[in-house]
Formats: sequence, C-alpha cells, structure tokens
Amino acid sequence: MEPAPIVVKELRKSFGEQQVLKGIDLTVNKGEILAVLGTSGTGKSVLLKLLIGLQQPDAGSIRIRGEDIAGLQMDQLNEMRKKVGFLFQEGALYDSLTIAENVAFPLRRHTKLSDSDRSEKVHALLASVGLDKDFEKMPSDISGGMRKRVGLARALALDPEIVLFDEPTAGLDPITAAEIGKLIQKLRQERNVTSIVVTHDMHAAHHFSDRILMLKEGNILISGTFEDLEKSKDPFVAQFLSDAA
Amino acid sequence: MATPVSAATTPVQPSPDPLTLAIEWFGELGVFCSRVAKSLFTLPFEWSEFIHQLDAAGSKSLPLVALAGAATGVVLSLQSRASLTRFGAKSMLPAMIVFSIIKEMGPIITGLVASGRIGAGIGAELGSMRVTEQIDAMEASAVNPYRFLAATRILACIVVLPLLTLAADAAGILMGWVSNTLTEPISLQLFINRGLSGVSFSDFLPPTIKTAVYGLIIGTISCFQGMRTRGGTEGVGRSATSSVVLSSLFIIVADVVLVRFILVFFPA
Repeated sequence: MEPAPIVVKELRKSFGEQQVLKGIDLTVNKGEILAVLGTSGTGKSVLLKLLIGLQQPDAGSIRIRGEDIAGLQMDQLNEMRKKVGFLFQEGALYDSLTIAENVAFPLRRHTKLSDSDRSEKVHALLASVGLDKDFEKMPSDISGGMRKRVGLARALALDPEIVLFDEPTAGLDPITAAEIGKLIQKLRQERNVTSIVVTHDMHAAHHFSDRILMLKEGNILISGTFEDLEKSKDPFVAQFLSDAA
Repeated sequence: MATPVSAATTPVQPSPDPLTLAIEWFGELGVFCSRVAKSLFTLPFEWSEFIHQLDAAGSKSLPLVALAGAATGVVLSLQSRASLTRFGAKSMLPAMIVFSIIKEMGPIITGLVASGRIGAGIGAELGSMRVTEQIDAMEASAVNPYRFLAATRILACIVVLPLLTLAADAAGILMGWVSNTLTEPISLQLFINRGLSGVSFSDFLPPTIKTAVYGLIIGTISCFQGMRTRGGTEGVGRSATSSVVLSSLFIIVADVVLVRFILVFFPA
C-alpha cells in the first residue's frame, strides 16, 4: 500500500525559549485537502517550512512520500522538493525577474523543455490562476493579489504531488479568494494533489478543505471536519467559528 | 517569514558577550564558506547569473573606481611636486606617481571603493531577498541559493577586482600626467616612459592580482551578511552597512598580510 504523502510524528520546534510546536502528530492522505488554522504565532507557517526542510525540527520525524527528510542528502532533499509546491504568504517572487521569468525559473532549472514549450507552459500556468496579460511586468508593478497568483503559478510549475499553501487567500478580495479555493480543489480533482492550506479564513477553509486542523499554543487542539468543529464544546473553537460566521 | 516569537511573551534574555558573538560569527562564516565551496563543484554552473553579476559588479562600478583612481593621481601629483622639487628630484615625479599607484594606491583604493559600491549592493540585495522569503522560495524550488546567489557573486567579485584595479591604475596615471603637465608641460609618452622605466613585472603583477583576494573578501562577506539577514527592512540596512564595514576591515588587514607575502616572494 502506498504510504501517506505526509506523516509527521512528535514534531517539536523552538525559537530560543519560545516553544512553537510542542509535539505535533499529523497524517495527510493522498488527495486530501487539510486546512490548518490557528491564531498568529502558533507555528502554522513554521510547520509548512519544516515539512519542506527550510527549517530543521528540534525533535520528531517528517516523512514526505514515505521518506524521512531528516536522513536526506541535499540532492535527495532537492528531488523531494521538486514534488512539493510551496506558495509563500506574500508570493516571494524574485523581484529582479519578470512575472513570466518567475514562473519559468523552476522550469528552466529542472526540465529540458525548449524555449517555446517552456513559454507555452508558463502562459498556461498563468492562465490557470487567472492571469492572461502583463507577463513582462516586474513584481513591484503588480498588486499583492496578483503577486500571490503568480507565486501560485510558480508553485505549480513542476506539477507537484503535494502543495503547501501559506495564507493563500489573505489580503485577497472575496472573488479572487474563492477562485484560489476552486483552484485548490481543481488540483485535487484533476491530479489528485495533496494540499495543506494554512489560513486564518475559517469560511474559506470550510469551503475547500476536507479536514480542518486547529493549532493552539503549539499543540493540535482539534482535527476534523467543519461539522466536527461545530460540535466541539471548546470555547476557543467556538470563538473561531463565531468570528468567522 | 513572520517571526513566530511574540515580543509580548518572549522573556528578556541577556545579550551574549562580544567574544561569543565573534566566535559564532566566524563559525557561521565557516559553514557558509563550506557550503559555497561545495556548491562550486556541483553542476550545472549558473553561467547566465555569473555574467549578470560580472556586469553588476564590474562595468557598473567602473566609473566610480576610475574616478577614485583619477583623483588619487591628481592628489599624488599635487602633493609630491613640492617635496620632490625641494630635494632636487623633480624628474622622479612620473616614477613616483606610477610606482605609488600600481604598487599600493590603485589596489587599495579599488578594494575600498568596491567594498562600498559592490558590498553594499550585495548585502542589501540578498538581505532583501532573505526577509521577503525569496531565498526560501529558491530553496523550495530545489535551487541551491549558495550556488545560484553566493557562488556567482563571489566569483564575479574575484574576476572584476583586478580588472577594476587596472582601470584605476590607468586613470590615476593619466590624471597624474594631466595634473603634472598643467604645471610643467611634458608629453604623455615621456611621462609614461619615465614612470615605467624602473618598473618590473614583479612591481605590477602581484599588487594587481592581490585584489582578487579583495574580491573574495567583498563577495564572501557581503553574501554572508546578506543571507543571514534578520529583522525586516531594518535588518536589510544593517546587512548593507555591515557588509561594507566588515569588507573594508578585512581588506585592510589582508592588504598588510599580502604586502608582506609579496615582499617575501618578490623582494624589491
């Protein structure tokens, strides 16, 4: 049987005296969309960065596609990273490259596509996130929402099996946010992509995720469907739900 | 990345002493250098980025370096004329200007000017990339930032510093002649012939080549300071400043050591 794409056990991470994650256990199944919620500073973004090896855990294990990433050499880690897309909170576009060059960046380095094929793929990726013009603009010349969409196109460039989204809808208008949500679901429907979506947006999480995991003070407070959360008697969960309503 | 540590909840910690900080800094610099060195032996080499950096560090620094060299030539000429005349050695002025410029003034002026122009640029650029998660995004795209960002910039600095030194030397000698000839007309050919009459291969090449070491220092320190930036835009400013200050400091120290080496291997 194929192992779950993401398996995390007893994951701990501290910054100085501050314990951010205090022993997280988490399994995300193939094709599942998991939303991770929690207040600011509860380690949601840190969790994503640990999953892709951008930060090192203090303790615990992370298995991506069956491989423990702690034991991987840099080359092996990079091979794993090619299978994982990452959308950063502010897009993290390379500000010395145009929009098209940003999306082409991973393709140029990890594929043998011809210039014309690469250009075609870049345009298709940008079209899939709702961008059909201004490809030669610089990141500083476009809006925050557009930057996020370009970042998403870049995250999807290598056809990843897993995509990690860090606040994909934050700062977006409701229509664009809904489009991003639909795109996350479309990735699952068309390519069975596994997604973890860090968000503050309970409404969005309800609509596009299969399961919601709520972090509080470095621990998992609750994990389940939106209905499970609604049944919870925990005042923190109730407050989150009421604020989102 | 948003720092996950809340200021309100973080206990106040005593600041580490300067010695501990220095040891930590050198330790991190060692790790950084080993990663960059390792990345140099991993294919493919980022040629297009390297060429872009040659342009950024080289041709864009050329006017400033040439201007600094020219000013040095003028000042040497103005300052030395009276002294040499007093000792009846006025005819030695061309040789004095050429010797001073090619042996020490040109290289050190180029190193210090480049540490300001190139070092600040690299420190600020990589610092900005760090705080806006662009370096994280590069790693997440399975691209080694030590190879793509650091190795290309360090190699570009190593290559361009000797070339910039040649430009500074040429501008210094030329403007030394201009300054001299305004007071006492002399042909450029005669000025250069007199200036170069006592100059040997060992007077010219080692001081010029030693600036490759300055390039190594500027590239390494600036990339290191930039890539370890923390703390938003304020941190970017700190990285740019520290890149210049530390590069200049290490260049001055390296200059003393390298001059001693040159004197050992190429005795006057």
